[in-house]
Amino acid sequence: MSRFTRAAWLILRKDLTVEVRSREIAYTTVFFAVSCLLVFAFALVREGRAPADGAAGILWIAVAFSGTLALGRTFERERQSETLRALLLAPAPRPAVYVGKLAGIMALLGATECVIVPLVSLLFQVHLLAHPLWLAGILFTGTLGFAAVGTLFAAMLVRARSRDVLLPVLLYPVTVPVIIAGVRGTSALLQPQADAAIVGFWLALLVCFDTVFVTLALWTFEPVMTD
Amino acid sequence: MRVLRTLAVLVAFVIAPAILTAAQPPRQDEFVPISELPPQEQLPAAPLVIGAYIFVLAVLFAYLYSVASRLKALQRDVTRLEGDLSGRGRS
Amino acid sequence: MPKWFTPAAALCGALFAFSPILIAGAPYESTMGLVQKIFYYHMPSAWMFLLSAIVCGVASARYLAGGHARHDRMAWSAAELTVLFGLVTLVTGPLWARRAWGTWWVWDPRVTSSFVGWMIAVAYLILRRYGGPGSEKLAAGVALFGTANVPFIYISVNYWRTIHPATSVVPTLPVSMGFPLWYCVAMFLLLYVLLLTLRMHVEEQRARLDALYLALDDRS
Repeated sequence: MSRFTRAAWLILRKDLTVEVRSREIAYTTVFFAVSCLLVFAFALVREGRAPADGAAGILWIAVAFSGTLALGRTFERERQSETLRALLLAPAPRPAVYVGKLAGIMALLGATECVIVPLVSLLFQVHLLAHPLWLAGILFTGTLGFAAVGTLFAAMLVRARSRDVLLPVLLYPVTVPVIIAGVRGTSALLQPQADAAIVGFWLALLVCFDTVFVTLALWTFEPVMTD
Repeated sequence: MRVLRTLAVLVAFVIAPAILTAAQPPRQDEFVPISELPPQEQLPAAPLVIGAYIFVLAVLFAYLYSVASRLKALQRDVTRLEGDLSGRGRS
Repeated sequence: MPKWFTPAAALCGALFAFSPILIAGAPYESTMGLVQKIFYYHMPSAWMFLLSAIVCGVASARYLAGGHARHDRMAWSAAELTVLFGLVTLVTGPLWARRAWGTWWVWDPRVTSSFVGWMIAVAYLILRRYGGPGSEKLAAGVALFGTANVPFIYISVNYWRTIHPATSVVPTLPVSMGFPLWYCVAMFLLLYVLLLTLRMHVEEQRARLDALYLALDDRS
């Protein structure tokens, strides 16, 4: 294992160990995502039925909102005990720190999605699980794009004032294209005859987005996190 | 590492348009074309045009005023501090 | 302030004062009539909005790579001008659309992507204003992502049917309408350069003030 992957793996393992012991962020994130679904049900359901095209949007907004919460909490934990500074002082390449953190956030959001996807298809009566592979692809690439930007911004904001407010303010306008592509791809899957060309197009767009944003984040993480 | 990064960015920017053009984007119609819109209410155009021009000039002047007042306050402070500094230098 | 600033500002003022006469003299567009005249300010300010966003992204990238305070000042000034020209574009557009399309706002690709781009510039300014010390580098990162994002936003929303006229109409305009248009573009470009110089001058003065405070602290 190269030095880079080893450092990233150690950081991921550290985050997972802390999380498995306290389960604080996982529980709050999942519960918050479920409350989002509840709020949308009150806003959108009429006469016992949800609007036909609403489920994809509801799923992605729940992911984006709970993702912001998870990002904020993860880095707040690092800030409180000054461990982020220690991580940055460690003799590991900076991009490896970023990759480790990103993998931790992805694991957390993946767990959240495992809970809310069945819930959305149950509560809003849609066949989300009819094409599990396509759905997994869209969810993974979309979450990766969102988390790639989110991890960088949350890490940058650790030292800033009023970081709790600034994270969503900065994150949502920048990640709008991921949310659009995710919603469009998912709602194409929910059509009675899902068109592979349409879904594939949005998936390709998400992959391009991920490539550009992960590359940019790896490049900017080092200068931005240097004092 | 640097070369790799540059390469990745280049690939992303070159491949992205290629995939997107190859994927034959499906058009999804969400808008009613202009010709099918209900007949427009007959709006007088003059207030809209005059409003637009007044708005542009008002915004530009407001911005100019804000920059000028910021500059003035800064320059006042700079001259005051420079005076303080040279005064102390002599004493 | 550079020496050319005052004469250039006077020239810009004269151009602005003369522009209504030129625009009023241009012929009416056949289908839209009088309301089309908003175009002569709408399109140049939209171009300055894009130009400013690009200037901000490039200056931020150079700041992150090199760390010169000058590039940071340029990025901040350009971001403020992005918000200014974006506001002009986003307000004059609906005033035109109200008559031409029959509605104030349409979620058309060009409109949506401009709006999101404007939101990113506003977020940048919020970060600079409330981020506290050390926010220059964070803001540079945000600006870089914002600039890289623009093509994606445009592609994502491009699959809605568009009713916004394409930029390809510009070269096909008759001279009687083309001349006032290019006159306004040159006028807005001059205004942009002037405002950027002025705004950067403000930041230079602020840096000078900070240096003076430090020097005063050292003395006492």
